[in-house]
Amino acid sequence: MERLLARDRDAVSEALNRIDDARPGQREKALELLGALERAARFPGPPRVGVTGAPGAGKSSLLDAIVRTLRASGETLGIVAVDPSSRRTGGALLGDRIRVRSGASDPGVFFRSMAARERLGGVADATRPGVTVLAAAFDWVFVETVGVGQSETDVATLVDTLVYVAQPGAGDLLQFMKAGILEVPDVFVVNKADLGAAAARTAGELAAGLGLGSRDTASGWTPPILLVSARDGTGISELVEALRAHRRQLESSGTLEARRARGKEVFVQETLERRYGSYGTALLSGSAGIACRVREARDASAFALVLALGREIEDALRKPLP
Amino acid sequence: MSDEVAGRASKRDRPWVFRTYSGHTSARASNELYRKNLAKGQTGLSVAFDLPTQTGYDSDHPLARGEVGKVGVPISHLEDMCALFESIPLERMNTSMTINATAAWLLALYVAAAEHQGADARLLQGTTQNDIVKEYLSRGTYVFPPEPSLRLISDMVAYTVDAIPKWNPINVCSYHLQEAGATPVQEIAYAMATAIAVLDAVRARRDVPKEKIPSVVSRISFFLNAGIRFIEETCKCRAMAELWDEITRERYGVEDPKARLFRYGVQVNSLGLTEAQPENNVIRIVLEALGVTLSKRARCRALQLPAWNEALGLPRPFDQQWSLRIQQILAYETDLLEYADLFDGSPVVAAKVAELKESARNELDKVLGMGGAIAAVENAYMKQRLVEAHTARVRAIETGKLPIVGVNVYQEHEPSPLLAGSQSILTVDESAEREQIERLRAFRAKRNAKDVEVALRNLRDAAANRTNVMPASIGAAHSGVTTGEWADTLRALFGEYRAPTGVTGVRVAEGEASSAATDRARAHVRRVSAQLGRPLKILVGKPGLDGHSNGAEQIAVKARDVGMEVVYEGIRLTPAEIVQSARDEGVHVIGLSILSGSHGVLVIDVMERLRKAGLGHLPVVVGGIIPDSDAERLRAAGVRRVYTPKDFDLARIMEEIAELVAESPAAA
Repeated sequence: MERLLARDRDAVSEALNRIDDARPGQREKALELLGALERAARFPGPPRVGVTGAPGAGKSSLLDAIVRTLRASGETLGIVAVDPSSRRTGGALLGDRIRVRSGASDPGVFFRSMAARERLGGVADATRPGVTVLAAAFDWVFVETVGVGQSETDVATLVDTLVYVAQPGAGDLLQFMKAGILEVPDVFVVNKADLGAAAARTAGELAAGLGLGSRDTASGWTPPILLVSARDGTGISELVEALRAHRRQLESSGTLEARRARGKEVFVQETLERRYGSYGTALLSGSAGIACRVREARDASAFALVLALGREIEDALRKPLP
Repeated sequence: MSDEVAGRASKRDRPWVFRTYSGHTSARASNELYRKNLAKGQTGLSVAFDLPTQTGYDSDHPLARGEVGKVGVPISHLEDMCALFESIPLERMNTSMTINATAAWLLALYVAAAEHQGADARLLQGTTQNDIVKEYLSRGTYVFPPEPSLRLISDMVAYTVDAIPKWNPINVCSYHLQEAGATPVQEIAYAMATAIAVLDAVRARRDVPKEKIPSVVSRISFFLNAGIRFIEETCKCRAMAELWDEITRERYGVEDPKARLFRYGVQVNSLGLTEAQPENNVIRIVLEALGVTLSKRARCRALQLPAWNEALGLPRPFDQQWSLRIQQILAYETDLLEYADLFDGSPVVAAKVAELKESARNELDKVLGMGGAIAAVENAYMKQRLVEAHTARVRAIETGKLPIVGVNVYQEHEPSPLLAGSQSILTVDESAEREQIERLRAFRAKRNAKDVEVALRNLRDAAANRTNVMPASIGAAHSGVTTGEWADTLRALFGEYRAPTGVTGVRVAEGEASSAATDRARAHVRRVSAQLGRPLKILVGKPGLDGHSNGAEQIAVKARDVGMEVVYEGIRLTPAEIVQSARDEGVHVIGLSILSGSHGVLVIDVMERLRKAGLGHLPVVVGGIIPDSDAERLRAAGVRRVYTPKDFDLARIMEEIAELVAESPAAA
């Protein structure tokens, strides 16, 4: 852990392997490590940014451009990229690394690909723990996932800022508007701005869609719609500036803390649900009960809570039926 | 000679141009080889460049390490080019150059070398391959993004149409698509889409007036593959000739039928050449040559035949001579060239041609509907279709549905006397790289630095201002600019590109994915994964400059299908990048693929770096065209398994990899 906090790359990699180890006994050790990391971390820590969007929108190339910009100002990055697994074979092809080339031999950039495994959305079980590990060692943490509708909301709970990448002329916008997905992201990016009019049209559609939607304006943040081109670099520095601005706004308005607390709640609920099923979580009065317990234990880390509440469930399960 | 024999001889058609794809070690060594080949009756040259030259690096660049002179000749500057053609009068030669991303530069060097010989550039004849689309799809020696690449191509077309009117500025390649697994329909459709992308770009130029378009169209040539299904291949060539005639008339309004002629050269199939019982490849090559020569209406203009033993390593002069003799016997001894078209009027052939044309039209329309060849590169559509088609082929070989004599059927054989002796393949002398670098440094030291600076500024200005880069490039060649300097100047302006790998979206049909062997491998992977605590994770990548990614892609797809999590890293990786990926990604095993013969240097470098990074415990397996003696060296350096083309049973390979991981410390 000391090595990790000292930003030792080998330690980062080892920790990421450990949090993904499902062997009996290893899980608990992983949760302990993660809990200790969260305790050692000072709030608010590095910005955590999610990048999502439909396949082909150019998320990876956009990330590549962001890497270049942040590296130019000397900041380091840890990146998690999640790809779906084959439902049939359990295997996965993780091909994003290839397109985020700028960090390929740069010690200031750490890239870990993850397979979503049995999870349908764009988040793997190891993603949130992975974010915690990377947050201990880098100045920025990015999570890249494919947007398949539901995953936007999933990712939103484990990052501070969610970037949605749209591409010109994509027909998916209307679908997303209907599904209410457009209410989630904090920054909208229309990539491939070098295509000209088509990009401007998509940005216009987005603006109209957002105007109609019921955005929570209490936060005081109006999601910007940025025209960028990962190819020729247009708008990339503006995008990075928007990420910084959103972070400042989260801090000054005090919403960052609330957002992290909400993320913690969801993580604990979901992890327990996945591990013990609805039968197990019912022993803690279901998700509402778990949410209550999480809120009560404000200072405990999400991982310590999973560990503690999990033990409670296991104990309850072991009791003979009356 | 009897009158009858003499009469037949006078009626014969002129044969196609005989070439052999060759070049290695150095300009001087390649020049010697060319002169010898010409003396043996070869009628044209086909220059193979080494990978640094193809990807725009000087021989002393770090990425060039281990690659100099390996798969072709290193050409870093004008003196190299002059040495390559010493005592070969370029005014009378017909030279085909397999060069793409840096084609404008190599043509500039060729023109400059011709001018050195005192030749008139207007009389030069030959071809620059210059098809960037298939580089993104299959061959991997691209440098710049699609748009500036297309612009360089159209610069060359616009330049040569006036300045070198007998030059074919682009050879649209369906060859490499078939090597990447394309079906005949895909080959036809994607080649036509590429030709359309180039012609549309040329047509949009202000410096090419409308009345020039027919001359431009008449200089577009094609480079085809010919596989073992030689009847279908004959039909494919006829279908392409008809389609090209239609497209050039309909889309570009070319009225003169002669300008609409489909002109093409061929290298017959390498994909189907086997490492097992390699002598059988001679028969395959003969049959494939028939496929592109039998039909007079669709006969190739130039032919290159691979050597029978190229799946084993670099062919020797003897092996190349054998392939040349096939062409000579076909053209001079048989009566092939004495008849009108043999297939005109055949309802069977007509039906097959019509069927291919219709399917190809549909596929072409699909690509055009997406915005054309470039769009279908960027969205990975074409690449995914190719990987799918190739996967289907590999599966068919694995399951025995596609019989390959000596490989999956009739494996019993007598020991081949042809393979006896340690000299049964050509090895490039290890000193070649060092000597080439010495020549390069001496050249740099004696040139005029001021001239070079001015020439590079002119090049940059031309590229930035959208003026044709050809005159500035020829000027740069004369001023002593090097290959790396030319490419770096354009890299700074255009940026570099990574093409989509196409593997992530590949769908494998249920029936093809399942077989007893695959199921067994899958169960094995599951067991090992449980032992590891997480799914077995493998890194698949290609170190070095070689871009032939088909093998690595098939391994990646198969690994996914047996349940592994696969970090596919693609091509052109440095050993340092591979080691960083292996650590960051937390993989359990590394698979490297190399076809360029540079495995010695690169793989051993990876092994050393892994050890230094404390990752020496990770098992490494290597696949590629690797002669036995090299395999021995790799194993001695710690490589756990070496796979060559004869290892067609991918499920078995996967089982072995899983076993290696099970034995490694990670599983403890």
